[in-house]
Amino acid sequence: MKTHVLFNLFATFLLADGLNIEDSAGQFFSSGHTNNWAVLVCTSRFWFNYRHVANTLSVYRSVKRLGIPDSHIVLMLADDMACNHRNPKPATVFSHKNMELNVYGDDVEVDYRGYEVTVENFLRVLTGRLPPSTPRSKRLLSDDRSNILIYLTGHGGNGFLKFQDSEEISNVELADAFEQMWQKRRYNELLFIIDTCQGASMYERFYSPNLMALASSQVGEDSLSHQPDLAIGVHLMDRYTFYLLEFLEDIHPASKANMNDLFKVCPKSQCVSTPGHRTDLFLRDPGSVLITDFFGSVRKVEITTEAIDLTDPIKEVEERPANGDVHKEMHSYVDQLPVSEIIHQNGKLCATSTNKMSLCCFHGDVSECEMQLPRGLGVEGPP
Amino acid sequence: MATTEVERRRGQLAALSIAAVVIIVGVPLWWRTTETYRAWLPVSQIKELAKLQLQLSADVEVVFARGTVTPEQQKKVPLTQTQEEERAIDEDTALRYRYETRYRTATIMEEDALNQPSAAEADLSLHTLSESPCGSLVVYVIPESSSLLPEDVNVYIGQRRTALLRIGPQMRVGKTLEQLLAHLEPRIKQVLQVMSFSHNDITAALSDRVRFSPDNKESIADSMRAFKSSPGYEITFSLLNPDPKSHRLHWDIEGAVQTYIQPLLTKLSPVANFSIDSQTLYYTMLGVNPRFDTSRSAYTLNADSLAHVINPVEARLGSNAASSNPVLNFLLYVPDAQHSPLYIQGRKKQEVPSNAFHSPRWGGIMVYNVNGFYGSEPEFPVDINIDMAKVMGVFLAQLRLLLGVQSSTPPPGFLVARCGSTGLADWELDRLMWSRSVENVATATTTITSLAQLLDQIGNIVINDNIAQQVSSAVTSLQLAVAELEAGNLGFALQYSKEAILASEKAFFDPSLLHLLYFPDDQKFAIYIPLFLPMCVPILLSLLKIVSEARQRRREKQAKKD
Repeated sequence: MKTHVLFNLFATFLLADGLNIEDSAGQFFSSGHTNNWAVLVCTSRFWFNYRHVANTLSVYRSVKRLGIPDSHIVLMLADDMACNHRNPKPATVFSHKNMELNVYGDDVEVDYRGYEVTVENFLRVLTGRLPPSTPRSKRLLSDDRSNILIYLTGHGGNGFLKFQDSEEISNVELADAFEQMWQKRRYNELLFIIDTCQGASMYERFYSPNLMALASSQVGEDSLSHQPDLAIGVHLMDRYTFYLLEFLEDIHPASKANMNDLFKVCPKSQCVSTPGHRTDLFLRDPGSVLITDFFGSVRKVEITTEAIDLTDPIKEVEERPANGDVHKEMHSYVDQLPVSEIIHQNGKLCATSTNKMSLCCFHGDVSECEMQLPRGLGVEGPP
Repeated sequence: MATTEVERRRGQLAALSIAAVVIIVGVPLWWRTTETYRAWLPVSQIKELAKLQLQLSADVEVVFARGTVTPEQQKKVPLTQTQEEERAIDEDTALRYRYETRYRTATIMEEDALNQPSAAEADLSLHTLSESPCGSLVVYVIPESSSLLPEDVNVYIGQRRTALLRIGPQMRVGKTLEQLLAHLEPRIKQVLQVMSFSHNDITAALSDRVRFSPDNKESIADSMRAFKSSPGYEITFSLLNPDPKSHRLHWDIEGAVQTYIQPLLTKLSPVANFSIDSQTLYYTMLGVNPRFDTSRSAYTLNADSLAHVINPVEARLGSNAASSNPVLNFLLYVPDAQHSPLYIQGRKKQEVPSNAFHSPRWGGIMVYNVNGFYGSEPEFPVDINIDMAKVMGVFLAQLRLLLGVQSSTPPPGFLVARCGSTGLADWELDRLMWSRSVENVATATTTITSLAQLLDQIGNIVINDNIAQQVSSAVTSLQLAVAELEAGNLGFALQYSKEAILASEKAFFDPSLLHLLYFPDDQKFAIYIPLFLPMCVPILLSLLKIVSEARQRRREKQAKKD
């Protein structure tokens, strides 16, 4: 009996070990996504909201560094801080004081800038209801196997986020937009990060599956900014994103850090506000979700084991024969208006009676239109 | 006295007429002007479509060659049988598979064709005799002693829509026709699973409606690898030359595409439109450092680092800004002179003969070593002509996988013919068309039903006429597609399903359907009260005054009477 049990245990151990090897070989398919997208939005304008642009750019920089290409990032910045006339160091946006880290860099591709960042455009990007003339770089072309990272920052309140100082998006609208994305299977999993005051209110109303949300502060709390730079004169970053950036700087494309580490970023002692998160709608266990599943773009690869045997030689691409049959219509421009003759009233073009002046005689048909001017009022001949 | 009476009368009349105008003219006017225009949608038909009942029909013709049926069995043949199989996926989706099998004996010309020395030639000559329509199959049953197939092979699947099935040994002695058919049925079913639609493929195609969790990793990988059904695809061939100082590369991409890729794309034209372009990129490195392997005296890239190759390159690739179609990228990388030759190693360190890898829903990369083309002391830069046949062979195989032409391992005893120069067998095209039609129908139904639900829930969205028209045409196309699938006309079913998808996507993603109109009730009050309250208060008060005066007068009259 005992040997039987021992044998069973040994067999299961071997089987499990075998499965582990199989698992790690096929593990790359466990996350269920094949591509990554990021939608990074800064919603506030004016120079004193420098920190919001710096927040967004630092997340953009991390996401690019970890592998998501520009074609898969939709970056929306509501104002231009780098070239703002109040910026003492033009073409830079710093995130650390003493100008340590320039997050603007030289390879930034902003898709929606300035006044294009509106609630309407944001919702259009998410739901895909863009006019047909929108170029590819401004669209979120995700499919049912895309993991999307959405980062919002700006000024917010209980249940809303302010855009451009003139309009706001409510948490109900955001939840509805995500539901429409789910209905059309525009995402596999979605990570929503928001860094505003009372940020947790924005993810309260979510009801679609496979959403994970993080916020920098709870309802009733304000998210605070990190540090001012005396040379630039404004606060450079918000606390939550500052510590998030520090955390992400340690992540490299092959890192195995998971979401539980991300939830620990910026505890109350550093952030003053209490960051919150919501994982009840997410199907997988957050401990098994890698940071690079959302912030990076680790492609799955398979070795191509087969090749097709092609034996035909390449056909010469035939020269297109001179088209004798295709009759090309010869087009030519219409003769220019004989303006000089009209101005100088050359009577050559049209023979009229002395009292009339035809201004429309270039039609060739004098009877078509005639404008009669009594003598003495019209333009006389050249002086 | 009379004047006050007149005044009072006038006052009462004024109040009553104002109230009348407000109620009779004002309220309807307000209602009409704040109404949103909503065109009529065929809601009941959409609700019907929510419950999807798909029937897939395939026509199978079983032809008995000489030596497989006895003369008395031959008298009962030709006959027709129909089999139906019902599978319910979930409460909203049900599938029914219908196979109509016709049995007959072979004609003399077919017998001649079957007398060819090898199976491939037999297949070719059978094809020249008759062409099976899209979606149907012909299975030729050949005697056990036939030399067409090698020893351990019982079934040969040809390049078109034919299969050769070797009859089992137990059918040697005279048996009745029923026993013969009963013996053949499971084997024909096996052939059908390979050549025609299989339950796994169809349920994978329904993934939009049913998030199903399949049993094996292979089908998960299959469903993730292929691109979703789209009306068009863009294919980009890129030549990456990181070292132009050493290698001057020439590739005849136009001719190669015309000769090798275009036939496949022409064959696939009922499925989707393709647009091809090509580019050459210089000074683009791989982004991963290959390791030098002394045992092979070559540089190697192992499978784990391959995943990090794609991202740095993708930033340089670019794409066609005008279209939103999915892009398939095929990259040909020629390693620089310092790192040649470069080989890819599999996960278990095995050699990869094609020296290529692909990424699901993205494309493929092939490493082409050119150090063999020149000696040890060459004069750089060296002119190199790339062997496009070899390159395109690999790219074609990758293209097949990425487009969803599954090549799962066939059951034992099956021999599948290598696909021809077009790169796609007819039955593989049929399978692709089946799964694409089902996928399109499933996607279109979910789109339409969720759009109807959305428009129903949000009363404030304006439904323009063009949206209603798109929805109606989508519904009509869907109904036609389902009907054609039932009838077994695969080509028409695919066409209608494509139309349905285009119309439904156009309707769903119409820019005018943006729901920005979220009005919580307290905001509605806040808007209407300042407008209507100052106007309504005097009217209400005067009406109340009229009512109370009338009541008082009646009381006085009553008192007078008594």
